[in-house]
Amino acid sequence: MSKTILKVSNLTRTFRVGGFRSRGTLHAIDNVSFEVRAGQIVALVGESGSGKSTIARVLAGLYPPTSGTIEFEGATLGKRMSRQVRGRMPMVFQDPFGSINPVLRVGHALQRSLKLHRSELSKTEREQLAVELANSVGLVPGEEVLARFPHELSGGQRQRLGFAQALASNPALILADEPVSMLDVSIRIGLLNVMRKLRDEDGASLLYITHDLASARYVADRMIVLYAGRIVEEGTTEEVIAAPQHPYTKLLMSTAPDPRLPLGGSEGSDDLGEPPKVIDPVAGCRFAPRCELATDECRTKDPVKVEVSVTHHAACFAVKRQS
Amino acid sequence: MSTILQVRNLEVQYQTPAGPAQAVSGVSFDLASGEFLAVVGESGCGKSTMLFAIAQLLTYPAAQTGGQVLFDGVDLSSLDDEALRLRRWRDISVVMQSAMNALNPTLTIGAQLADTCRAHTDWDDKQIAERSAEVLAMVSIDKVHLSSYPFQLSGGMRQRAMIAMALLLEPKLIIMDEPTSALDVVAQKSLMRQVETLRQKLGFAVLFVTHDMSVVSHFSDRLAVMYAGEIVEIGATREVFDRPQHPYSVGLMEAFPSLLGAAKELTGIPGNPPSLVNPPSGCLFADRCPKVMDECRKSAPELLANGPHSVRCYLVNPKARG
Repeated sequence: MSKTILKVSNLTRTFRVGGFRSRGTLHAIDNVSFEVRAGQIVALVGESGSGKSTIARVLAGLYPPTSGTIEFEGATLGKRMSRQVRGRMPMVFQDPFGSINPVLRVGHALQRSLKLHRSELSKTEREQLAVELANSVGLVPGEEVLARFPHELSGGQRQRLGFAQALASNPALILADEPVSMLDVSIRIGLLNVMRKLRDEDGASLLYITHDLASARYVADRMIVLYAGRIVEEGTTEEVIAAPQHPYTKLLMSTAPDPRLPLGGSEGSDDLGEPPKVIDPVAGCRFAPRCELATDECRTKDPVKVEVSVTHHAACFAVKRQS
Repeated sequence: MSTILQVRNLEVQYQTPAGPAQAVSGVSFDLASGEFLAVVGESGCGKSTMLFAIAQLLTYPAAQTGGQVLFDGVDLSSLDDEALRLRRWRDISVVMQSAMNALNPTLTIGAQLADTCRAHTDWDDKQIAERSAEVLAMVSIDKVHLSSYPFQLSGGMRQRAMIAMALLLEPKLIIMDEPTSALDVVAQKSLMRQVETLRQKLGFAVLFVTHDMSVVSHFSDRLAVMYAGEIVEIGATREVFDRPQHPYSVGLMEAFPSLLGAAKELTGIPGNPPSLVNPPSGCLFADRCPKVMDECRKSAPELLANGPHSVRCYLVNPKARG
């Protein structure tokens, strides 16, 4: 098995919310542990409010964790990250229109990253490498694209540039926070193919954060399903898709829009509910209010991790009762 | 079923420094009362511009340069502002893409619903309050949220509040511009199911624009595929999904990964749409088409009926010469 690049243990991040009369603590991520191995794409899947972007931001050093540890390439990360660590774990953002300086040429975005993180290279080497990076993410011909201004690029091309920029710092792991959700459906697949190519040909590891199970299935080796700040199910992609265990994973599967599927789950209410904001939580499964299988046990005790197979786990009392 | 909306050869141009860009060209279709028509296409294909033209909401640099929009037999583009004002919300309402931008952040939901009622009816406060609570209930929002501000609602609830507002005066047509694109999958499905349930119950027609055709695949009666300002294929939704005929529609169908079946490599549609300022002669899709022929570059094909649906392609209609 390939070596572990990132090991997250018992990570928790809380935020203080509310005014002085109704102060509370929002548990955005609560005791989350997972690993990413070299050459893998791991998908973090969940709805808005599941904590998936908070995990990415904590990993990128944008907020410090409240508790828990992050081990990256064998070293435990401290409160402040060095430039070197940031370069080894760059982030591709959701909004390709907000993440590139509009007044500078496209090439500058890449050169800047190379200058900061690959200062051992000479100027001509950097220029050469920038063109190679552009070509490798499908911005062809590289020289021509790098001479353009950002407004001359389409959303898909901008997002490819985001990946080239991430690659420029010679990363061990790329954090991709919903990199395709703002793009048209017809363009998304091109970006997903870039991610697969980075893994298969360049040996990159990626943490792919998304709410779209189908795209996660298309690119990821492993899948982690988050709900209200906790991991509810994780396993190899094919295991999770073929035999989802947690009722929440099943809900996500049934709502994924797919013209090839019959319209499932049309019985019952039209309102499928929303994930809760976890403010000052009490014990109990956070999915219980939306779950048809919920019992008193679910409402009063935190669910424990159940092993479905060596590589597939779910945190659910109903799954435990069945097994 | 009677026809409620007839769009005839609609043309819209944007004034750009490089010259006029033809954003919508020669779009014609009919919408029966109570029918759900979905329009799909990539960004920049003119689908939202077309909706704005139908709702008479175009502003400079866009302008309607030809064609008619007949609602109940009256050409909306010939009406003045006051006549249009009387029809808005009563006959036609529009639900925009971003509810956060469409709702006033400084007013409660109830105040905004009341605003619409006061502008278009002579109801007293009690009637307004009753009707407001009623429409919110239709979209499964509790009436306590009449006194909530938009920021206190989740994204899905805000979008449903917009739909509630659109329903206030029981319009015959609701125009929706990508109402689901800011929502995640579960909220998306809730919203679509609610729109469908309400349509069955209240009988309004829906004109729905989206770039993600999988969203509408189970809900719309008919589906129109737009490319570079033109409708390239239109037909019954299941027909178009099961037997797409235009190479562009085929490409769109192949563009999204599935949860079903074996995992397979997908390619999408390489290339970019053509310039609308200097469009190429011939078929606008020719440069990206995997099945392009010589005649495609010589003249533009017309939208012709082929069995159950209409297609703009020489492959399907060898005689579709314009």
